[in-house]
Amino acid sequence: MNGSSDLVLILPELVLTVGALVLMLVAAWGGQASTRAVSWASVAVLIGAGIALAGPASSGADAFDGLFRADAFAAYAKVLIYVATAVSIIVAPAFFARTSGDDLRPEYPVLMLLAAVGMGMMVSAGDMLVLYVGLELQSLAAYVLASFMRRDTRSAEAGLKYFVLGALASGILLYGISLVYGFSGSTEFDLIAAAYDATPGTGLLIGLVFVFAGIAFKIAAVPFHMWTPDVYEGAPTPVVVSFATAQKVAAVALALRVALDAMGPALLQWQQIVIFASLASILFGAVAAIGQTNIKRLLAYSSINNVGFALMGLGAGTSEGAAAVLSYMTVYVVMTLGSFLVVLQMRGADGEPIESIASLSGLSRTRPGLAAAFAMFMFSLAGIPPLLGFYPKLAVFWAATDAGLFGFAVAGAVGSVVGAYYYLKIIKTMYFDPPANEIVGRDASSTLDYGLIAVAALVISPLGYLLIKPLAPVTAAAASALF
Amino acid sequence: MIQAIAFYLFAGVVILSAGLTISSRNPVHSVLWLILAFFNAAGLMVLCGAEFIAMLLVIVYVGAVAVLFLFVVMMLDIDFAELRAGFVRYAPVGVALALALAAEVVIGFFGYTAGGVELAVKAAPLDPTIPNIEGIGRLLYSRYLFVFEGAGLVLLVAMIGAIVLTYRERGGVRRQSISSQVNRRAKDSTRNMQPAVGQGVEL
Repeated sequence: MNGSSDLVLILPELVLTVGALVLMLVAAWGGQASTRAVSWASVAVLIGAGIALAGPASSGADAFDGLFRADAFAAYAKVLIYVATAVSIIVAPAFFARTSGDDLRPEYPVLMLLAAVGMGMMVSAGDMLVLYVGLELQSLAAYVLASFMRRDTRSAEAGLKYFVLGALASGILLYGISLVYGFSGSTEFDLIAAAYDATPGTGLLIGLVFVFAGIAFKIAAVPFHMWTPDVYEGAPTPVVVSFATAQKVAAVALALRVALDAMGPALLQWQQIVIFASLASILFGAVAAIGQTNIKRLLAYSSINNVGFALMGLGAGTSEGAAAVLSYMTVYVVMTLGSFLVVLQMRGADGEPIESIASLSGLSRTRPGLAAAFAMFMFSLAGIPPLLGFYPKLAVFWAATDAGLFGFAVAGAVGSVVGAYYYLKIIKTMYFDPPANEIVGRDASSTLDYGLIAVAALVISPLGYLLIKPLAPVTAAAASALF
Repeated sequence: MIQAIAFYLFAGVVILSAGLTISSRNPVHSVLWLILAFFNAAGLMVLCGAEFIAMLLVIVYVGAVAVLFLFVVMMLDIDFAELRAGFVRYAPVGVALALALAAEVVIGFFGYTAGGVELAVKAAPLDPTIPNIEGIGRLLYSRYLFVFEGAGLVLLVAMIGAIVLTYRERGGVRRQSISSQVNRRAKDSTRNMQPAVGQGVEL
């Protein structure tokens, strides 16, 4: 073992871990009063970790004898994870100040940082052990964060539901990993890939199915999506922001890592699973969202639907497909952050959060700016051309057709049309229904949130197409790190 | 030969008792079946030559976790009078189970001394002269140090989570303040009085 050179490669994780531990001590002594300071300090730690990514941490080297991969793919996913985590920390104080339940405590940003460490381990895993420990670190922090509002029964329910189903999924994943280990003789991705390359026996294939089932739960792909709407509805909205963006990116990146890095030679075997999960997620996410009356539940189904499109790029099984998934997740994170930031602004006369879709009626007359921004996010999520949401959908369709999967791409396109219906329904509610006047005007405390909404709206506006040219070579380089 | 018999015995009992764990209606029975499953899994580990893991399985799972489960089960509303009824009637079954366990231990011991089960695929063929604990320690604190530290972070998150979700600041509780105790001087708490005869002291 060559200690110091390994430590340089995991510098972002070290920065986050040390930052989280120090801030934990600050929180322990500072108590409730230190919440704001700890929040901003953790955003600074995330920025520091992001800067640390620029060094050897994205060089493509392996640390700890192949346990940890510090490649461009991991670095790209980590940038998205850190940005999304930072946003979910920034929006939290304003949300918790207005709810009648518990106040924000300084443990919130600390748990977010530790979850970010776990997500970093997931996307950089070069070994099943690192993958599992990272996943558990992220999940455990997520269970606690989901039930962070202790006096709110829905929040407690969300945390418990997530915990029980998450533990089951971890069990399934672990069972798959143990089968893969038993039949390949190693937990290292390189050696597992070699075992699949030789002659994959029945044991290895059953292990593969279980591993993919466990991962499908984490990314909330149909048929392992059942927990998503309930958890998204019950958990505090800033936590859901992290679930829908940072954790989604981490889980999808993990799926790419396992599928292409560890099980690349078994492409034909897992391709069927991925194609089924992709189409089922696209169609089910679109159809089930139609009847929803709660905006957070609707966005949960929207996230299931979008994961389906991301899996389409993976289903292609090519380097272009993986690059398309990365650009899809990038644009998805921006659109979803924007949508949830708007949901955070939906507040009644006493400042209490409103979540019903009906309360959005006539928002274009009472809050024209907010309505316009939300309409842009919805159009973009539906993939309607002038907005940036169209480009990554096109990229995954291209990847699928390039791989010769024409039926797959056509079915996905049909699903995308069905999905457009419920996004457009929200726009119709905001622009053509008589005003409900439930959502009152802005207050001074949310200026920062409005700034973030404006930035997100600018990125997904047609101006965002200017980003594609610099972004394309980066995603291509990140994706090629997996092959 | 005896290894194969011991292996199939242990494996069969693990599967059987695991099935009974989830299918028995009485939660106490469930936990007892679970303990049996752990015990036989430990037997399998002995046959593989992983004595340390086998002992850990017995100490950690059978000893601590199963007892913990039993305590939780005790909190459920179970009619113990009904449970105790028929003790004499079921006593032979208990004795038979005890004998079966003893027989398992004997068969497992002979299987182990006969050389154990050879695994088909070995990740890292270890030097047979190194004892179990040393082998695990060498891997855990060198090659898998990163994972080990990660597991430490998982435990830290579990601890923070338990405190965040359950700790409540209670009002009206008198706490010990050591610094004010230490700073207290005799002159702050004693007074010299010269009471007149026949009159009390006004405190």
